[in-house]
Amino acid sequence: MIALTDPLRHHHQHCDELFVATEAAAAEGDWPACQLLLTRFHGAIEDHFSSEETLLFPAFEAATGMAGGPTHMMRSEHAQMRGLLEQMQGALTAQAGDAFAGAAETLLVFMQQHNMKEENILYPMCDRSLAGQADGLDEQLRERLATA
Amino acid sequence: MPPNLSFEQAPPISAPYRFFLTAPWFGVAAGLLLAFMGGDLLASRWTPGALAGTHLLVAGFMLQSMCGALLQFVPVATGGNIWQPGRVAAWVHPLLIIAAILLVAAFLTQHPALFMAAASGFVLALGFYGVVVSIALWRTPTLGATLVALRIALIGLLVTLGLGVTLAYGLVSTTALPLLALTDVHAAWGLGGWSLLLLAGVAYFVVPMFQLTPAYPAWVARGLPWLLLALLLAWSLQLFGLPDGARAVVWFCGLGTAGLFGAVTLTLQARRRRKVRDTSLLFFRTAMACLVALPFSALLFVALPEIGADPRAAVWLGVLAIVGVFVSAINGMLYKIVPFLNWLHLQRLCPPNSLPPTMHQMIPERAMRRQFYVHLAALPLLLAAVWLPVLARPAGLLFALAAAWLGVNLAQAVGNYARFKNRIRAAA
Repeated sequence: MIALTDPLRHHHQHCDELFVATEAAAAEGDWPACQLLLTRFHGAIEDHFSSEETLLFPAFEAATGMAGGPTHMMRSEHAQMRGLLEQMQGALTAQAGDAFAGAAETLLVFMQQHNMKEENILYPMCDRSLAGQADGLDEQLRERLATA
Repeated sequence: MPPNLSFEQAPPISAPYRFFLTAPWFGVAAGLLLAFMGGDLLASRWTPGALAGTHLLVAGFMLQSMCGALLQFVPVATGGNIWQPGRVAAWVHPLLIIAAILLVAAFLTQHPALFMAAASGFVLALGFYGVVVSIALWRTPTLGATLVALRIALIGLLVTLGLGVTLAYGLVSTTALPLLALTDVHAAWGLGGWSLLLLAGVAYFVVPMFQLTPAYPAWVARGLPWLLLALLLAWSLQLFGLPDGARAVVWFCGLGTAGLFGAVTLTLQARRRRKVRDTSLLFFRTAMACLVALPFSALLFVALPEIGADPRAAVWLGVLAIVGVFVSAINGMLYKIVPFLNWLHLQRLCPPNSLPPTMHQMIPERAMRRQFYVHLAALPLLLAAVWLPVLARPAGLLFALAAAWLGVNLAQAVGNYARFKNRIRAAA
């Protein structure tokens, strides 16, 4: 059975792939390629965050009445990841390999534990609380996060 | 009440750090003990020096770092809520230090009162710790292979404790207990139950996360904890009498299972999508290679009975497991955990729209890499010293150096935390 949040889980992997390619380009000192990849990675992350912040989280909050709980924390973690992406962009612009690697490593670990919390705790809660009452939400998420 | 996905239920930074900062110095003590006592220490697993050195590593280095890491790991990985982790750490940490030192002194002096004092210390510390962590692990609403591994690991810790206390009692009383069998069962629950399953539970989580490898196959992730539990229960039957043949089968199945887990991890790491080869990864691969080497060593001892019958064969397996697998894995994990926790706690202090220095600025990569090379040199030297006693003193010194360098690197990371914290406060 396909869960409501499956597109988000798959999209986490898509973002991971883009992260890997971006980090590898920086490690090779190929800054033009790194810029292209970082732009794509940044765009994918923003698609992901906005899908959660404008579609999934409001539906969850409406269904459960929990507005200050898990979704609030996930939003603030999104803000921190946006900051780390800016750090990566700053290092890339300065072509500072060590600074880029440090920001990338920090983003990766932060992003992975964020994803784990979503996949292990928040998404199952969303799947349960929104089962059968999220009209069209699954299609909207699939459309927004189509990676092809 | 659903779990709140914040870090607020994660402990204050002092809770894991007090354990992490202490752990390496038990390693230093173990290395210096070997350097002081020389090759005699490694002649058999039953010498007072070997027992003292072993427990400096397992009840000192390993137990300290694992207890600290679990306080941090349970809330993040399982959503489990640990009751007042700061207070738990403030009690358990000093008690464990005292108990470990008393136990080492007991082995070295064979003084009965020291064995009983050490046992009491461990009962108090681990009993309290076990209850608090059990409540978190059994109350969490989440599911998954990591949670199962951690639950069985904790059972392993408590069984190890119970058997250890029984052994201490057996050593000081006139009651006839099967001490040799009890020791083998105690060691198996400690290394194969508590330590290996905690390592596995953490690895299920961090190996894919840090290196972007494929996930562990479900049959490994779900099967390993139950298989190890079944093997440990079977191994424990020797307390009531177990034919030699059956004991040997359980022994090889246990080592084979451990080796298989190591091989699967190495295969996953070879397929990692992230190509960065950092020091933490090198430590972890060293640990997994040693895990794979365990069953092959045991097979070799069967194929070459004149070596296998030597008491030093067991010492070889002990060095491989304790230093090769667990000290390596813990050392590597600390190099990820500490920089990340520094960053995580500092970013909470930062004003909006600003971030602290990155993980790479917490411990210099060059210092971590050089410390790894010293550890990597100490490990084969220790293994060689099992058979060539003349190498024991240099091996002990080199291992002490590696452990001390880890301690210095971690202390430097904590110093950087304080420095960056002051800088953030001054700027705010």
